[in-house]
Amino acid sequence: MIAYGPVATPTAPLARRNPVAKLAAALLFSVLLLVTLDPVVPALAIGVELAVAPLFGVPYRLLARRAWPLLLSALGILVTLTLFAAERTGEPLVAAGPLVVTTGVLNTGLGLALRLLAVALPGVLVFATTDPTDLADALVQNAKTSPRFAIGALAAFRLVPLLATEWQLISMARRARGVDAGGNPLARLRIFGSTAFTLLVGAIRRGTRLATAMDARGFDSDTPRTSARQQRFTWADTALVGGAVLVAAGILAVSVALGTYRPVIS
Amino acid sequence: MSAVELRGFGWRHAGRRAWAVRDVDLRIEHGERVLLLGASGAGKSTLLAALAGLLAEDSGEQAGSVEIDGLDPREARERVGIVFQDPQTQLVMARAGDDVAFGLENRGVAAAEIWPRVRAALARVGFPYDLARPTAALSGGEQQRLALAGVLALRPGLLLLDEPTANLDPAGATAVRAALRAALDVDTTMILVEHRVAEALPLVDRVVVLEAGGGVRADGPPAEVFAAHGAELAAAGVWVPGPPPAPRRAAAPAGEVLLTADRLGLPPRLAPTDLWVRAGEALAVLGPNGAGKSTLALLLGGLLRPGTGRLAATPALAGRHADQPPHRWRAPVLVRRIGSVFQNPEHQFVTGTVRAELALGPRRAGRTPAEVTAVVDDLLARLRLDTVADANPYTLSGGQARRLSVATALATAPRLLVLDEPTFGQDRRTWRELVDLLAGLRDAGHGIVAVTHDADFVAALADRTFHLGGRPDGQAGEPPGGGPHGEAA
Repeated sequence: MIAYGPVATPTAPLARRNPVAKLAAALLFSVLLLVTLDPVVPALAIGVELAVAPLFGVPYRLLARRAWPLLLSALGILVTLTLFAAERTGEPLVAAGPLVVTTGVLNTGLGLALRLLAVALPGVLVFATTDPTDLADALVQNAKTSPRFAIGALAAFRLVPLLATEWQLISMARRARGVDAGGNPLARLRIFGSTAFTLLVGAIRRGTRLATAMDARGFDSDTPRTSARQQRFTWADTALVGGAVLVAAGILAVSVALGTYRPVIS
Repeated sequence: MSAVELRGFGWRHAGRRAWAVRDVDLRIEHGERVLLLGASGAGKSTLLAALAGLLAEDSGEQAGSVEIDGLDPREARERVGIVFQDPQTQLVMARAGDDVAFGLENRGVAAAEIWPRVRAALARVGFPYDLARPTAALSGGEQQRLALAGVLALRPGLLLLDEPTANLDPAGATAVRAALRAALDVDTTMILVEHRVAEALPLVDRVVVLEAGGGVRADGPPAEVFAAHGAELAAAGVWVPGPPPAPRRAAAPAGEVLLTADRLGLPPRLAPTDLWVRAGEALAVLGPNGAGKSTLALLLGGLLRPGTGRLAATPALAGRHADQPPHRWRAPVLVRRIGSVFQNPEHQFVTGTVRAELALGPRRAGRTPAEVTAVVDDLLARLRLDTVADANPYTLSGGQARRLSVATALATAPRLLVLDEPTFGQDRRTWRELVDLLAGLRDAGHGIVAVTHDADFVAALADRTFHLGGRPDGQAGEPPGGGPHGEAA
């Protein structure tokens, strides 16, 4: 089962903010961090992100569960770069046979791994605290997105968990028809392809039927759409976005002051 | 409060040679409740789509005229509401209340007015939960009532219903019909398409029968139409009211045991179950939705690995493969011993033509080309598929697709056949053919297991019934030869 609802405490002060504001704050915060290559900026950013997680109502246990694939890939980047990066500048730290780990290499690797975490964590926080319906509503009402896109994507999204069940059923039906790969990897690949094709055909038919049902209820009419659920963009939402920008700028300033700042474009 | 007027109406989908519907002359006054009948392929769904204004001008060719209150249906969309067959593809939003509100938002209803109308519509269909109920957690019958509420909230003058209960179990279908009866007011014109006439009759005061080749065959009050055309309608596949179809009893007592299930289960979908399956016997597996009937069918078909207990095939079924459980068999071994027919036939189609579809199993099972051709030709003729032998399986009608899915399972001549809801949504003719075919297989010594909600089917075919989730000990029914099975109803 694919979990796609909010899973955190919905009444937490930052979880309650407008979804568009949360999304904008997360995006701006992440983008500002991308201008530098040093490890200090993302390290500070991760510190800030962890500090605000309780304000989003996200317990650390939950955050860890959502973010562990990220941790894993960050670790992978660090190990790979430390061992195999071509550019080996700085002082040698460890020398074991042909393997030399230098400060420069460690610096770059650590910077990259931390950047991955720092950029992705805000997204994890936002989606753990945002109901997809609220996001679609806010996109339409506060960000003037086309309802055709936002509500349409929302409806399509609801059909996604069905695909996993369908895949299982189609695979079993194949076996019931006498089709299995045995130990042959080529046959396995062919069966995978034809199962995927059947799944796609079914998904398109289902999507078409859903679209017809939506249009039958006036989704394609020219009447301006009203909103049953109001999403408000208040001063607190503006403050959240502004705050995110200020904190990111502050972090960059610290890095400049410490002399670690290494702009991407120099 | 809408009137419908069709004059010589016809529609041909772009790229098709045949007209989906043609030469229909019909006038329906406002407030009338019409049951629209016709053999499968007579164009009932196309007619409803035309009335709902869902046939885009560039998607086909129109003949004659169709008007709702004097307007082109495409201009009268706000007066018309339509409920389709499949609940899964009608619900748009994640919460019940939001889903009913969806149509009102599209029509530009003021926000303050939306929620009272949502509550009123949900009350009209007897929706038992609050507005925040997740739509994914609803049963099929509840989802369909929610879809009905979403349409009624728009206050349509003309309500169109395209087989709204065909995908539901009997309890869900009854609840939807009760909701319809309670929700309709004198100002709503209704057109209902439904195979199961007896159940639909209390909802209607007029019956219109479309002729498959075009035109209207019969039109009038239900009693008159069925008195004059009952027999030909039944022959065309319509479920006219009347006595249940004649049963097909087993010609001989059941034979040896083929499969035994010992505490067989798959938590949380199926609790441990004890069961045996015999040759020359038709076993019906009954039980409420969610009891795990489909899971049991997949387990018996050797398609799922059991979570608890074990499934054992006897040497009578499996020969030298009996020392391994069916889910461990290679697929070509499996298909010669146990055939499975899925609830949705389209899941099973693998090739591009009906003929290739039938040839696949025997070829996989290692038959010679000559044997394959003989088997395929025989099945094409027996299951009336010879006219569509070169058609793509995805383009078949519901009845043809069902017959093909049964035929593909028969092509490898398995001793045991496991079917999941084989009669779901079938017209009377296909239904009769399925019962006769399965009865013939049983009398030839095959074992038949059918998971079903269809009480008529159980009464007509089953030699033994097994209730899942209904009884504490899990095993029910009498040994073969114990006579008919009153528990079917």
